[in-house]
Amino acid sequence: METLVFALLNGVIYGLLLFMLSSGLTLIFSMMGVLNFAHASFYMLGAYLAFTIMEGTSFWIALFLAPVLVGLVGMVVERYGLRRVHAQGHVAELLFTFGLAYLIDEVVKIFWGRTAVNYRVPELLDFPLFTLYGAQYPAYRIFILFVAAFMLVALWYLLKKTRAGLIIQAALTHPHMVGSLGHNVPLIFMSVFGVGCALAGLAGVIGGNYFVTDPAMAVQMGPIVFVVVVVGGLGSLEGAFVAAMLIGLLQTSAISINASLADIFGFLGLGPHTEVGEITIASMAPMLPFLLLVLILMIRPRGLMGEREV
Amino acid sequence: MKSTVKAALAAAVSLCAVTAAQAETIKMAFIDPLSGAMASSGEPAYQSFILAAEHINANGGVNGDMIEVVGYDNKVSPKESLVQLQKAIDSGARYILQGNGSSVAAAIIDAVNKHNQRNPGEEVLFFNYAAVTPEFTNEACSFWHFRFDAHTDMKMNGITDWIAARDDIKKVYLIGQDYVHGEAVAHAAETQLAAKRPDIEIVGNELHPLAKVKDFTPYVQKIISSGADAVITGNWGQDMTLLVKASADAGQQIPYLTFYGGSNGAVAALGDGAVDTLYQVSELAANMEGVSPEQNALVEEYKARFPDYDYYYHRAFVALNMFDAAAEKAGSNDPIDVAYALEGLSIEDGYGTATMRAEDHQIQQPLYITTVAHDMTYPVDNTDLGWRLVEGGTISAEAAMEPSTCEMQRPE
Repeated sequence: METLVFALLNGVIYGLLLFMLSSGLTLIFSMMGVLNFAHASFYMLGAYLAFTIMEGTSFWIALFLAPVLVGLVGMVVERYGLRRVHAQGHVAELLFTFGLAYLIDEVVKIFWGRTAVNYRVPELLDFPLFTLYGAQYPAYRIFILFVAAFMLVALWYLLKKTRAGLIIQAALTHPHMVGSLGHNVPLIFMSVFGVGCALAGLAGVIGGNYFVTDPAMAVQMGPIVFVVVVVGGLGSLEGAFVAAMLIGLLQTSAISINASLADIFGFLGLGPHTEVGEITIASMAPMLPFLLLVLILMIRPRGLMGEREV
Repeated sequence: MKSTVKAALAAAVSLCAVTAAQAETIKMAFIDPLSGAMASSGEPAYQSFILAAEHINANGGVNGDMIEVVGYDNKVSPKESLVQLQKAIDSGARYILQGNGSSVAAAIIDAVNKHNQRNPGEEVLFFNYAAVTPEFTNEACSFWHFRFDAHTDMKMNGITDWIAARDDIKKVYLIGQDYVHGEAVAHAAETQLAAKRPDIEIVGNELHPLAKVKDFTPYVQKIISSGADAVITGNWGQDMTLLVKASADAGQQIPYLTFYGGSNGAVAALGDGAVDTLYQVSELAANMEGVSPEQNALVEEYKARFPDYDYYYHRAFVALNMFDAAAEKAGSNDPIDVAYALEGLSIEDGYGTATMRAEDHQIQQPLYITTVAHDMTYPVDNTDLGWRLVEGGTISAEAAMEPSTCEMQRPE
C-alpha cells in the first residue's frame, strides 16, 4: 500500500514535469511540422538562468523571470533563425534545431562550467510537509505539483476558452486561411514558439533543483520528451498529457517493484538464477519509456491520441 | 663578424639543448571525468594531482625533472578512455593516472598490458588511485598497474567490523551502482556479513544505473519500507550525493555506511542529518589527532587554492610522493625502473605509513572510519560539519590487509 502511494505521488509529479516540457514541444511540432531537437536545451537554459537570477535576487523572481527570458530567446530563435531556414524545407529546419541544441549546450558549459551548479530549493519551501508511513515528504515536491497543475489549467484555458486560443488553433492547421482573414500568422507562430520555450524554461526552473542542474540535463531529458510526444500522438496536447503521466508512473513504480523477470515469467520455465531471470524490474525502469515507444510505433503509429501518422 | 654571430647563436642553441636535457618534463596523463555527472569526482582528483606535482616540482622535482599533469576527459566511458589513453601516449605520457570507475580501469589495464607488450622500451605505468574492484590486484593483477587505494574487500572489512559490534543493527540494505564495482561491493558485504554476523538479514540488494538516476526518492522509499537499520553503499560522485539528498528529504535517520560519503556535496545535502548517520571508510582522517603540521598545512592550502572542493583525494598525494621516492631510489624516471623500485617501497604518509606490496601492487595503509560532526577543524562542503574519527575507528594496515591470489608476471 505505502509503495503504491509513494509511487503514485512521485509518478504524478514527474509526469507533470514531463508534460510541461512536452506540451511546448508538441505545440511547436503542430505548428512547424518538425520536431524541435533543441527543446530540452531550453529546459536546461531555464534551470541555469533561474540559478543565476536566484543568486542575485530570490527564487520567486527567478520563477517568473527565467521562463520569460527563455521565451524571449525562443522568439528570437524563431524570428531570425527558423523563419529563414523554413524556406529551405523540413530537413534544413531539423538540422537547424539539431545544431542549436549543441550550441546551447556549449554556451551553457562556457558560462556555467562543466560540472553541476548548486541550484537549491528555496529555504521557504525547504521543509517536510507531512509524514507518510514513516517517510517525510518535502514541501517543494507539492509546490511543483501546484505549479504544474496551475500551468496545465492556464494552458487549457488559453487554448480552449479565449479568442487568442481559437486563432492559434486555427493557425496550427490552416495558416493560409487565418492569414487571409487578416491575422498576422508569422506573429502567432513566433508567440507559440516563445510560449513553448517558456514552458520548457519553467519546467527547468522548478525541475532544476528537484533533480540536478548540470550540462548533461538536456541530453538526458531530451529522449524522454520525444517519447512522450510520439507516444501521445504528434501534435496532440491531450495525448502528451496522458503519455507524460503514463511514463512518469511507469518509471517510478517500476523502481518500487521488488520482483525479477523470473518471478513473472517463472511459469514459462525461466529460472531465478539464469542470466535473464536475475534481471529485476527495478533495473529495467530506465528502459521502459523506450520500450513503450517501440510498442506504440508498432501497434498504433499515430500515437495514443494523434490525428496523423508519424 | 658574421661568424661570431653564428657561433654565439650556435652556443645559445646548444645551451638551450643542454638545459632542456637537464630538466625534462615527466608527462602524466590524468584520464577521468572532467565533465558531466561525475565531474564532481574527477575535478578535485585532477586538482589534487596538480597540487601534488607542484609540491614535488618546488622541491627540486623527480631526479631533477618536472612533473606535468595533463587532464583528459573520459566521461566515465571505457571506450572514450581508450581513445584518450592513445592520445596521451602519443603525446609522450608514460604515466597514466585514473581512478573513477572500475569499468574504465579494467579497460586501461588491458590496453596498457597490450601496449607494453607491443612497444618494448616505451612502457607505460598505470597508477590507479581509486578503482577498487579486488580483481585488479588478484586474478587480474598486472606488473604495470599499481593501486593507491584500499580495495573493496579491505574497505568492506572496516564496515562489517563496525556493524558486527552494533547489536542494534539487525537488517541491512545494500544499494549500489550497476556495474562491476557495485556488484563487488554487494558481494563483499554479503559474504562478510554472513561470516561475522549470520543473524543479520539483508533486506535489499539493489543496483541502479550508473550516473543516470536524477531522483533517488523511489529507492529511498524502498529502503524505508524494507525496515532496514543500516545501509551499505559503494556509490560515488553524483550517485552518492543524490542518494543521501533523497534520504535527507525523506527524513531518514539510519546509518549510511559508505566508501565515498566524502563525495563533494554529500555532507551539505544532508546538513545536520549527516551527524552520526553518514559514515565513511577511507585513508583520510583530516580531523584526527596527531597529524603532522605539514599535512594540516596541505589541507589548508588545498582549500585556499580550490575553494569549491575539500581535501579529499589524499591518495593522489600518496601516489605522486611514492612515485617520487621510487624514482629517486632507482635513480631513473623510466617506468620499468620506477615499477621495480615501487615494489615493497614504504613512505611516511600524513596519516600513517603507506607500503606498496610487491606481490600484487596493492597499497597497504591504515584505514579510518569517520562520521560527520559539528565544530571540526577542517569542515567540508562550506558547512561547519566535518569528518570525525569514530571511537575504535582506526584500522591498522595489518588489520586491513587481505591476502592476494596474484601471480605477478615481471619483465626481466
